[in-house]
Amino acid sequence: MPVTSEKIMQRLLLAVAFSALSALLLIAVFIISQGLPFIFRYGFREFLFSSQWNPQAGKFGIFPMVVSTLWVTLGAMAIGAPLGVAGAVFLTEFVPRTVMRIIKPSIELLAGIPSVVYGFIGVMVLAPLIRDHLGGPGLSLLAGSIILGIMILPTIISISIDSIMAVPKSYREGSLALGATVWQTVRMVTLPAARSGIAASIILAMGRAVGETMAVIMVTGNSVKIPGSALEPVRTLTANIALEMGYATGMHRQALFATGVVLFVVIMILNFSASYVMRQRKARR
Amino acid sequence: MNYQTKFKKIGDKVKIGLTGTAVLLILAILAIILLAVIAGGYKSLSWEFLSQPPRDGMTKGGIFPAIFGMVFSLILMLIAVVPVGVATAVYLHEYARPDFILTRLIRGAVNNLAGVPSIVFGLFGLGFFIQFIGNGIDRSLGQSGLFGQPCILWASLTLALMNLPMIIVATEEALRAIPQAERAGALALGATKWQTIRHVVLPQAIPGILTGVVLVVSRGAGEVAPIMFTGAAYYLPYLPKLPTDQFMTLGYHIFVMTTQSPDIDATVPIAMGATLVLLALTFSLNIIAIIIRSRTRSQLRKGR
Repeated sequence: MPVTSEKIMQRLLLAVAFSALSALLLIAVFIISQGLPFIFRYGFREFLFSSQWNPQAGKFGIFPMVVSTLWVTLGAMAIGAPLGVAGAVFLTEFVPRTVMRIIKPSIELLAGIPSVVYGFIGVMVLAPLIRDHLGGPGLSLLAGSIILGIMILPTIISISIDSIMAVPKSYREGSLALGATVWQTVRMVTLPAARSGIAASIILAMGRAVGETMAVIMVTGNSVKIPGSALEPVRTLTANIALEMGYATGMHRQALFATGVVLFVVIMILNFSASYVMRQRKARR
Repeated sequence: MNYQTKFKKIGDKVKIGLTGTAVLLILAILAIILLAVIAGGYKSLSWEFLSQPPRDGMTKGGIFPAIFGMVFSLILMLIAVVPVGVATAVYLHEYARPDFILTRLIRGAVNNLAGVPSIVFGLFGLGFFIQFIGNGIDRSLGQSGLFGQPCILWASLTLALMNLPMIIVATEEALRAIPQAERAGALALGATKWQTIRHVVLPQAIPGILTGVVLVVSRGAGEVAPIMFTGAAYYLPYLPKLPTDQFMTLGYHIFVMTTQSPDIDATVPIAMGATLVLLALTFSLNIIAIIIRSRTRSQLRKGR
């Protein structure tokens, strides 16, 4: 009877699953343990709200990077969210399912393009366009927002399509039978019924935009300052870590880990809000 | 039809047209990206480009070391991530009760880590793998600078950790798609639980696991942020031989050639060629994943 080998396999699998969990938890614990003490020592407000970032002089205020990240992300949402949601509405409501089944995977291919390739296109195509037609150095907040706006499209479209398709057909039929036009049905019945899924898709896309690194470093120009216009170069939180970690030591290194903690916390908040919004939908049904 | 409804219908058409324009615009963006990369890159492509190292301060020559390093690191990554990811998913789905505390914790960790920025994984790799583990090994062996420095091993482990949630989720999905009756059948014939998993469950889950593997390879090939401090080199005059060597890799090479080049006119064609190679690779992998997935789906439909 292979009873012992049964037991051994079960124990072995449990051990692997347990170590996978420990490794995943370790990431959070390690980043926080490396960064949090610095934040307390340097001062929470000094770190988050001072504009002085000068590692040589021991000044570690990340406020310009926080503001830049915020603007680049908001710009990306302003471009990606309307485009993505409109696209999702068109593909679910106004074309045959077969057409959607062809177009949806093609749009999802956008998610398969590596972030350096987006950055490369940004440098080669987008930045010169901005420089020649709008002015400024080209590598700018605007370039970052446009590239990120494109990169988040697959996230928004896939999740929005799923949640719009989950709206029961009877809702639409009821609305049409009451005399509403097709568009009125979309706007007043289908979209409100799918709103939690759409909101979740936008929140998750925001997380992607905040966390994106390589494309952003390549196209935003990376100057540490609070941007005065969309055409100025900016440096985001992720770019700050990627640009300086290679040579940082001592306090400087800790400050970069602390920047990682800030990113971590922002992403956690966004993740939790997305799953909270999704749960609301399930609770309502 | 009175005037008002007619007006509304026209308004409807305009709005529907606008949403259609959004789809066209998105497809146009995809087309522009592809065309820009293909048009810019195809002139650089040649057998020499793929098989030669860079020459003359990286202004001439090919990208072979970058392709070699990428494949090397991806193989190490898969060796680390696939067994752990599959075993974890099998335990969670086949053995653990759904309300088991470990199951819930892992679900939570997987969900939350999926969104953690790749640069944070890079930080973790540098701080934990290299400075903590690597230096620790070196100290206990009484040497310095072998494990406690960026190299393929640590870069691959960082990538593996980043992709672990993806393999777990893909495997669990594959396991979920297998009807409970198949397991019951095997158990009823006297097979033990592990025999059932080994001979009935896992073989059917292979396409799903494979989809996950293909996607993870595609993602690993393109990621730069997690490896830029943990092992990737700007330039190496030799090919890496051991996991403790540094390596050149395609994504980082594109970044270097585009942003840190001393002679941008000479390096842009190389960057374009490298971008075309990388994009061709990740695209084919994604398309393979889509094909495997749709095949399994239609087979499942036929089977029932």
